[in-house]
Amino acid sequence: MPSSVRLQEMIRVIRSARTQGEERGIIQKECADIRAQFRQGDNGERSHSLAKLLYVHMLGYPAHFGQMECVRLIASTRYSEKRIGYLGAMMLLDEKQDASLLITNSIKNDLSHSSQYVQSLALCTLACMGSAEMCRDLAPEIERLLRASNSYIKKKATLCAVHIIRKVPELAEMFTPSARSLLSEKNHGVLHGAVVLITELCKHNPGTLDQFRKAVPELVQIMKGLVTSSYSPEHNVAGISDPFLQVRILRLLRILGHNNDTASDAMNDLLAQVATNTDSSKTAGSAVLYETVLTIMDINSESGLRVLAVNILGRFLLNNDRNIRYISMTSLQKIVQTDHNAVQRHRGTIVDCLKDQDTSVKRRALELSLALVSAVNIRSMMKELLIFLSTCPPELRSHTTSGIFNAAERYSPSKRWHIDTILHVLTTAGGDVRDETVPNLIQLITTASELHCYTVHKLYRALVKDISQQSLVQVACWCIGEYGDLLLKGECEEIEPVQVTEDDVLDALETVLQSHMSSPATRGFALTATMKLSTRITDNVDRIRSIVSNYSSCIDLELQQRAVEYNALFRKYDHMRAAVLERMPVMDKNSPGHTNGDTSGVIKETDPSKLKPVEAGLLSEPASQVCDLLDLLDGTDTPLQPSPAPTNNPTTTSSADLLDLLGGLEPAPVLTETVYEKNGLSLKIQCDKQTDTEVMVTLIGSNSTQNDITNFTLQAAVPKSVQLQMKAPSGNVIPAHGLGQVTQTVVLNNPNKVSLKMRIRVSYSNQGAVHQDTVQIDSFPSPTCPPSVSPL
Amino acid sequence: MMHFLLLFSRQGKLRLQKWFLPLPERERKKIVKDMTTMVLSRKPRTCNFLHWKDLKIVYKRYASLYFCCALENQDNELLALEILHRYVELLDKYFGNVCELDIIFNFEKAYFILDEFLMGGEIQETSKQSIAKSVEASDMLQETMEEYMSKPAF
Repeated sequence: MPSSVRLQEMIRVIRSARTQGEERGIIQKECADIRAQFRQGDNGERSHSLAKLLYVHMLGYPAHFGQMECVRLIASTRYSEKRIGYLGAMMLLDEKQDASLLITNSIKNDLSHSSQYVQSLALCTLACMGSAEMCRDLAPEIERLLRASNSYIKKKATLCAVHIIRKVPELAEMFTPSARSLLSEKNHGVLHGAVVLITELCKHNPGTLDQFRKAVPELVQIMKGLVTSSYSPEHNVAGISDPFLQVRILRLLRILGHNNDTASDAMNDLLAQVATNTDSSKTAGSAVLYETVLTIMDINSESGLRVLAVNILGRFLLNNDRNIRYISMTSLQKIVQTDHNAVQRHRGTIVDCLKDQDTSVKRRALELSLALVSAVNIRSMMKELLIFLSTCPPELRSHTTSGIFNAAERYSPSKRWHIDTILHVLTTAGGDVRDETVPNLIQLITTASELHCYTVHKLYRALVKDISQQSLVQVACWCIGEYGDLLLKGECEEIEPVQVTEDDVLDALETVLQSHMSSPATRGFALTATMKLSTRITDNVDRIRSIVSNYSSCIDLELQQRAVEYNALFRKYDHMRAAVLERMPVMDKNSPGHTNGDTSGVIKETDPSKLKPVEAGLLSEPASQVCDLLDLLDGTDTPLQPSPAPTNNPTTTSSADLLDLLGGLEPAPVLTETVYEKNGLSLKIQCDKQTDTEVMVTLIGSNSTQNDITNFTLQAAVPKSVQLQMKAPSGNVIPAHGLGQVTQTVVLNNPNKVSLKMRIRVSYSNQGAVHQDTVQIDSFPSPTCPPSVSPL
Repeated sequence: MMHFLLLFSRQGKLRLQKWFLPLPERERKKIVKDMTTMVLSRKPRTCNFLHWKDLKIVYKRYASLYFCCALENQDNELLALEILHRYVELLDKYFGNVCELDIIFNFEKAYFILDEFLMGGEIQETSKQSIAKSVEASDMLQETMEEYMSKPAF
């Protein structure tokens, strides 16, 4: 081994520098030497200098003056100079530098060099930093090397081809023929490269993907060979034969089997074999099992295999190795929607992972736990989640609280439990809850009228204990204001009776008002609550008057205004006071102006300005409304509004919520009329008039043929001034024999109150044939007149 | 594919950097800083996987050096741990009981070994012996030239 004396000497000197300044001085001197060296030309010292420069570059100092030297060294005939020159090119040159183009010619020459090690240098550099131009220039060379060379070069040429395809996807066709034949190589390096190349080719072109599906049996054979082979020292890692190759093949199989029954069938046996026979006591085996699980879940595998995969993940959850627990949960998260029941079986272990030390593991466990909450397990899960909340790291708290609220909202077994849960969260982590929590909770409390007494007692006690959690204090103040009379009665069935006097209550509210911990909003709540109590208590009304008049000169403008108005209520409008401060009616959750807590942006009043207009470019001046629609009908390029993709997530209820929201206003009597009936498919429409200008139309498709109707889609067009919003359909398959229906909601906004017409294009597949048809609806069903329909 | 592979010491000094994507110098420096901060601040008994932007970061500590690589979403993290381990084994075989100083003073050789193992962000050879043989043969080629020129390489 030659001693790199001068390089190592320099490194030693640099490392011995005691300060940053000293180091900089040394480096400056060395760089000056290097520059002088470069200027002197070829004297056998150049590779020395470049190596030193590369070290300096790694320390973070500028080294761009070495770029040309790299180019020169690459062109040298000496192997040692080429080697360091190419290394320099990979470190200092990238495709953005002009100098990189200059090495293209050298690379081209070196690709045909007599020594395979020189060829290897060229291939490696091209694969590392080759620009699109260089790739285009050299692709034919690479293709040649792919076919006719030894395995050492073949494997490198293959990966070089992968780089070329990534840079210039159009060149993919050049490599497709050779790629398939590479699969019959015995050398693992070449085989691995071939699998990577095929994976890359399939990514870029679905046609190629179809072609390579035929290779599935071959790939299955190779895998079987690896799995069942006896110990091979060359490729063995902890008892697994070439885990790197196995993982790569599994990944390719995943891509080939996705959404394709034949391919998936061909690999079912193999996957079962790998899943059961791989020893997962070491990371190598776990890596292979992990990839197997991912493949099983992503192809059309039979249910037994899927259950096997989920069980493997469950086993991973119990593994001592934290990494394996982490990736197991990541994978379970991906499949929790589709294989919900299978994942439920491992709920206990997942919940235990909430107590893990590692924050990443905790985060994953939290997300999974929230996904697994259901009506059945809500009580036990909530217990665990609340325990978790009290000890969880701060960065996870707000996520936890919103998750708990969502779960409670959907599955709470009783109102009291719901209120208790929210109160618990507010006392534990009140600072990390969302802003909508306070109004949501208040609304919830108003609806639970039988629990008012219980609630106000609980809140009062929480308030007395601690006034720092703003959301809790706000809700407590509001409740005390509303239900103060129940509080003072002292008795409540579900809670231990404690005598609360009027002074106690007013003390509590005054403490909130005066505390520096209370936010301005909280103080507003407290002041209003105090005022409300004036009609609910008997003895201390004067005290209330004095509190209120104190705040009429408060610096805070909001408080001051409130106090002044309340004062006026006492003085001039005392006769109205009782009526004004009377108990509030139950709040309807969907009343306008009330924003839903867990809105996802879907549940909003349809705002005409936000609705997408249907046509992009229509003729601008219509003669009459009928003309409009006719223009629409005759116009060749009027884009019909396509329906959004159906949501296949069974748990989202956004369309249902929207129906609720719009249906909260007075529902008009609903009329259903059939507008289209042909070939066993019938389409009905149903109208709900929402407001003067808005109509919600539901289209219902049903199927009376012997076969299922698939790919059922609806497109709709309306006259120019009407705005159309289509919601996601309930699905795109209508089962045969009338066993099911597809519904799709369309909201029409008609601000100009033109005569409403709609043209619907229906397209679907039945028994393999694709059908398309159009229906025009000239008027919509209303309580007084039936619709008129003209099929086209 | 792997986007980059970094080796750095416990004090955050970079010992090796291999980039498989073209990135401007400034951005590379920023990434190195981000990685070192993120990885060095990890507590001892935590898992070896991190999320950074849209990449998965896998890191492992061997004695005084941290090996850190960045993967895309569909890559297998457990396999990446095996890749890092394989690289350490290769270095160990070559240098004989490798330590950080070996990598500091012979950084160019560490790169040569890496270039026989990974290419374009993917594995190019899965057999340890094969890689060791190629590196040895390349070294021989270099030595022969030096003997001929009777001068040390660098």
